[in-house]
Amino acid sequence: MNIVECTDVNKTYQQGQVQIVALKDVSFCIETGAFVALAGPSGSGKTTLLNLIGGLDSADSGDITVDGNPFGQMSQSQLAKLRLYMVGFVFQAYNLIPVRSAAENVEFVMLLQRIPVSERKQRARAILDEVGLGGKYDRRPAQLSGGQQQRVAVARAIVSNPSIVLADEPTANLDSKTGKGLLEIMKKMNLEKQITFIFSTHDKMVMDYARRLILLQDGRLADDRVK
Amino acid sequence: MTIDVKMAWRNIWRNPRRSILTISAIAFSSLLLVFMLSFQFGSYETMINTSVKIHIGHLQVQADEYLDKKTIGLVVPNPAAVAAVLETIPQVEAYTFRGQTFSLVSSKQRTCGAVVTGIDPRREAQVSRLKKLVRQGRFLSEKDRAQALIGKLLARNLRLGLGDELTVLGQARDGSIAATVVTIKGIYSSSIDEFDRSAIQIPLKTFQTVYAMNDAVHEVVIIAKSLSDVAGIKRSIESKLLALENQKPLRTLDWQELMPGLRQGIEMDLISGMIFYFLLILVVAFSILNTFLMAIFERTKEFGVMMAIGTTPGRLTKVLLIESMTLTVIGIISGILLGSMMTLYFQSRGIDFSGASDLLSQFGISGRMYPKLTMLSAISGPMAVWAITFLAALYPALKVRRMRPVDAMRAV
Ligand SMILES: Nc1ncnc2c1ncn2[C@@H]1O[C@H](COP(=O)(O)OP(=O)(O)OP(=O)(O)O)[C@@H](O)[C@H]1O
Ligand SMILES: [Mg+2]
Repeated sequence: MNIVECTDVNKTYQQGQVQIVALKDVSFCIETGAFVALAGPSGSGKTTLLNLIGGLDSADSGDITVDGNPFGQMSQSQLAKLRLYMVGFVFQAYNLIPVRSAAENVEFVMLLQRIPVSERKQRARAILDEVGLGGKYDRRPAQLSGGQQQRVAVARAIVSNPSIVLADEPTANLDSKTGKGLLEIMKKMNLEKQITFIFSTHDKMVMDYARRLILLQDGRLADDRVK
Repeated sequence: MTIDVKMAWRNIWRNPRRSILTISAIAFSSLLLVFMLSFQFGSYETMINTSVKIHIGHLQVQADEYLDKKTIGLVVPNPAAVAAVLETIPQVEAYTFRGQTFSLVSSKQRTCGAVVTGIDPRREAQVSRLKKLVRQGRFLSEKDRAQALIGKLLARNLRLGLGDELTVLGQARDGSIAATVVTIKGIYSSSIDEFDRSAIQIPLKTFQTVYAMNDAVHEVVIIAKSLSDVAGIKRSIESKLLALENQKPLRTLDWQELMPGLRQGIEMDLISGMIFYFLLILVVAFSILNTFLMAIFERTKEFGVMMAIGTTPGRLTKVLLIESMTLTVIGIISGILLGSMMTLYFQSRGIDFSGASDLLSQFGISGRMYPKLTMLSAISGPMAVWAITFLAALYPALKVRRMRPVDAMRAV
C-alpha cells in the first residue's frame, strides 16, 4: 500500500522575468511505514517537494495523492483537514507559534481535532517527555534552544498519530549529537507507531538513518534506492 | 465554537495596549453618538414643547382652510360638540378655545396691526404657559370683560403700560365694524419675539361679542399627555368628528402641520447631524481597519504555520471575526453604558445654553437644554458603528482566506 504517489510533478517559480524550475517530471511512490530521506544539494527542490506532498503549495502539473486523496481536486480547506488528521510537519525553521508554550504548541493540533482538554494535556506531556522535554512544558519557544524547539516541533507533528510526517531538514540547525537524538526519536515513532517519515537533508549521517534514499538534482529525480 | 472563542479571546490579550486602544476608540465614538443623538432629540422636544406650550398646542381643530386663509368667517361653529368629543379621549390633557383675527390696535400715541385673540382664561391657563409669562400685572380672570393682555414688545411699540386704555378696531364676522376699548391688565414676555410683538389677548366672551361670533371660535387647542400620544389623539378626533354633523368640514392639525417651519428646522438639523455622525463613524472605521490589518500582517507567518498543521482558512477567518467583533461589542457596550450615564446626568442637570444657536433661539430656547435618552438615541448610533466596524473587519479577515500556507509561512 502506497501512502504517497507522485506522478510527473512539475513546479516552476516565477521570479520577475526569470522562470526557476524547482521540480521537473518527478514521479515516485512511498509505501506506508517507510523511513525515507530526501537528499540533494541546496536548491535541488527538496523543500518544494515536501510542501507539495503536504498540500501547502500546488503543483503546476502532475498528480499527487496522499492516502488515496488526489490533491488536484481538493480545496484549501479539505487539504487543511487532511493535514490535520494525516500529516505532521516539521519545518527547517521550527515554526512554532511564538505566543504559545511548548505544551500548548503540541496541544494545538489536538485542540483542532476537538480532543477533550484533559486527554489533550496528558498526551502533550507524555509526548514531550518522550522527546526529552519533560518539565519544560510551559516554556515559550523563545525560552527554548534550537534543538529543544525542533523537538517540540517533532512532538507536535507526531502527537496526533498522523499517517505521515514530513520533516524539512529537521537536524540542519542542530549539532550532530542533538540531531542524532532527534533521529532516534523519529525512528522509534516510525517503528512503534508505523508513522511514515519523509525527511529532507544534505547530511550524510542523517541519510544513513534512512531505509530508502531519494536523490534530487536540479529538480529531477536523480536516484532512488532502498538499503 | 468555544475553541474559536477561546482562541480569539487569547489573541485579543496578546497585545493588550492595542486592544484597549481599539476598544476605547469604539467606546468613545459610541458614547459621543449616544450623547449627541440624545441631545438632539432632547432639544427638539424642548423646542416643540416650548412652541406648543406658548400658544400652538399639540393639536388644533379648525375649520378647513383656516390655517392658510385666517379669514374670520372660517369658524368652528359648535365648540361644545368638539369639547364633547375631546372629553372622551383619555390622552387629552387639556383643551381650550380661541377666537382670533387681525385688527388695528391704538394707544393714545400710536396705532399698529395686531392679532387679537379671544381666550378662555381658565382653560387657557391649563393649555398654554401664557399665565406664567405675565411679567407685569395679572392674567385675565373669568370675570374680566374689557381687559386685555399684551406682549411686551407690542406694549413698548404702542407706549402702553398697565392700566392704559387700548382701542381695538376691526371687522366683525358679519362684515360690520368691530370696535371696543380694553384696559391693559397684564404684560407678558415669552422668549419668542415674534409672539411678543404681534398679539393681544382679550376674554373669549368679549371677543365673541365684539366680532359677532355668536358661540363660534376659530381654534380648539389641545394638549396631549405626551408628545407620543399626538398621532393617536389625532386619529380619534378625526374619526369622531366625522360623526358630527357639520355644514363645513373641520380639520384636525398636529403641531407639525401648524408649524411647518419647526419641522423643517428639525429635519435640517437632523441631516447636518447625520453628516457629522457619518464622518465620525468613517474615521473610526478607518482606524479600526488599520488596526485589524496590522494585527493580521504581523501574524501572517503564524497563520501559515497554523494552516500547515491543519487549521482551515475558514476557521482563521472566523477566529479573526470573533476577535474583532469581541473588541467592537465590548467597545460599543461600554460606550452605550457610559454615554447613557453621561446623558442621564445632563438630563437631570441640564446644559447651559446662554449663547444659543439661531434655530434654537427662534424656537424659544435660550436657557438650559436637557438631553433626552431614548432607546433610539442610545442604540442607533452604536449600531451604525457596529455595522461599519464589521465591514472594516471583514476585509482583512477575508484576506486571510486567500492566503496560501507556503506564502504565509515565508512572511517575516
Ligand atoms: N518562493 C520561491 N520563489 C522563487 N523561487 C523559489 C521559491 N522557492 C524556491 N525557489 C527556487 O526553487 C528551487 C528549489 O528550492 P527549494 O527550496 O525546494 O530547494 P531545497 O532543496 O529545499 O534547498 P535547501 O537545501 O537550500 O533548503 C531553488 O532554485 C529556489 O531558488
Ligand atoms: Mg529547503
